[in-house]
Amino acid sequence: MKRLFSILINGLIVENPLFVIMIGLCSAMAVTTTVANGIGMGVALTFVLVMSELIISLFRNLIPDSIRMPIFLIVIAAFTTIMDLEMKAYFPVLSKSMGVFIPLVVVNCIVMGRVEAYSSKQPVLNSVFDGLGMGLGYSWILIAIAAVRELLGNGTLLGFQIMPSSFEPMIFFILPPGGFLVFALWMAASNDLRRILLAGRKPEPTQDSCCTLPEDGSAEKA
Amino acid sequence: MSDLVKIFVAAFLINNIILMRFIALCSYIGMTSDVGQSVGMGLAVTFVTVMASAVTWPIYHWILKPNGLEFLEILVFIVVIAALVQLVEFYLKKSVPSLYHAMGIYLPLITTNCAILAVTFDQITSNYTFVQSIVFAVAVSLGYLLAMLLLAGVRQRLKNSAIPAFMMETPILYLTTSIIAVAFMGFAGLIK
Repeated sequence: MKRLFSILINGLIVENPLFVIMIGLCSAMAVTTTVANGIGMGVALTFVLVMSELIISLFRNLIPDSIRMPIFLIVIAAFTTIMDLEMKAYFPVLSKSMGVFIPLVVVNCIVMGRVEAYSSKQPVLNSVFDGLGMGLGYSWILIAIAAVRELLGNGTLLGFQIMPSSFEPMIFFILPPGGFLVFALWMAASNDLRRILLAGRKPEPTQDSCCTLPEDGSAEKA
Repeated sequence: MSDLVKIFVAAFLINNIILMRFIALCSYIGMTSDVGQSVGMGLAVTFVTVMASAVTWPIYHWILKPNGLEFLEILVFIVVIAALVQLVEFYLKKSVPSLYHAMGIYLPLITTNCAILAVTFDQITSNYTFVQSIVFAVAVSLGYLLAMLLLAGVRQRLKNSAIPAFMMETPILYLTTSIIAVAFMGFAGLIK
């Protein structure tokens, strides 16, 4: 039990996908114009991540090593399709405002990265908790970014008016540059916090394999 | 003709895929530490995006749509793109070794590059014709190349600048991107 809890915390804070491993950044800025969108995207990614990790982990001993990448891709794509269709059917407004970013979950480095690095080697229960931790770790950062952007750019939170009526909404924060700025500042804050907290220990930033060039130039076949 | 120009300008500058739409940020941050590398990646993406569009458009409009299989688009497109990248890699390695050495190492990374998948989905949702799709693909990937080049240039200068400790590495890159994006907002009125 304690181990599962630590796996969860690992995804939430220690190895937070957005701030520490720094993967899956695209959607983190694109959909965070409102908190509702942030929550929607977080739920979508968590679902795809947990289900893919569950399935891959179940079949981890049956999947031949040489063709594992295509198999992972197909499993992830299947769950993304399910998610996409569910969203379209039950939350059409939300689905429309997130647009292409729902189907893009399929190439979200978080999913591919965790499946490859974790659930293809770990037992089922650990994988599910890893998926939950990573998914929630992603979601809460999304909500944090969205809260700042919605509050400053629109004066509301989850659609409710928060700022006094004399407050002039700063449209800048809803626009793309505002997304980059808020993300940069949150990340700077988190880096500083980590530096203070981990003053003694040296954190080992893991680089993600799908987006950086391999050292020897012999990149992995996908 | 004029609608093609409109599509081109809109996709290249106004809705720049990285700066305005936040797509393909991983490679944007990961591959711009060096100007040459960013150009190589940009050209490889351009090449594959155009190829992928030329393949996915007929698949969607001639195979998936007539058979009512539109819901399979995510699955089919990702597999087709992965296979295509692999084929292109084999072909270049055997037939055009010089080109392979110039951009071959970037090819496997491209399979998981969201830009290509996003372009193919956009072409479907915008209901583009085949020619429009190709123009759109070229414009988007040139926009990608431009954004990569801009950041790579700035990063050369950042190496020799005094940056506050808490802004080191990634935060300063996003701050820079934010300012570049503000400049790109200026293109918004270019097309009525």
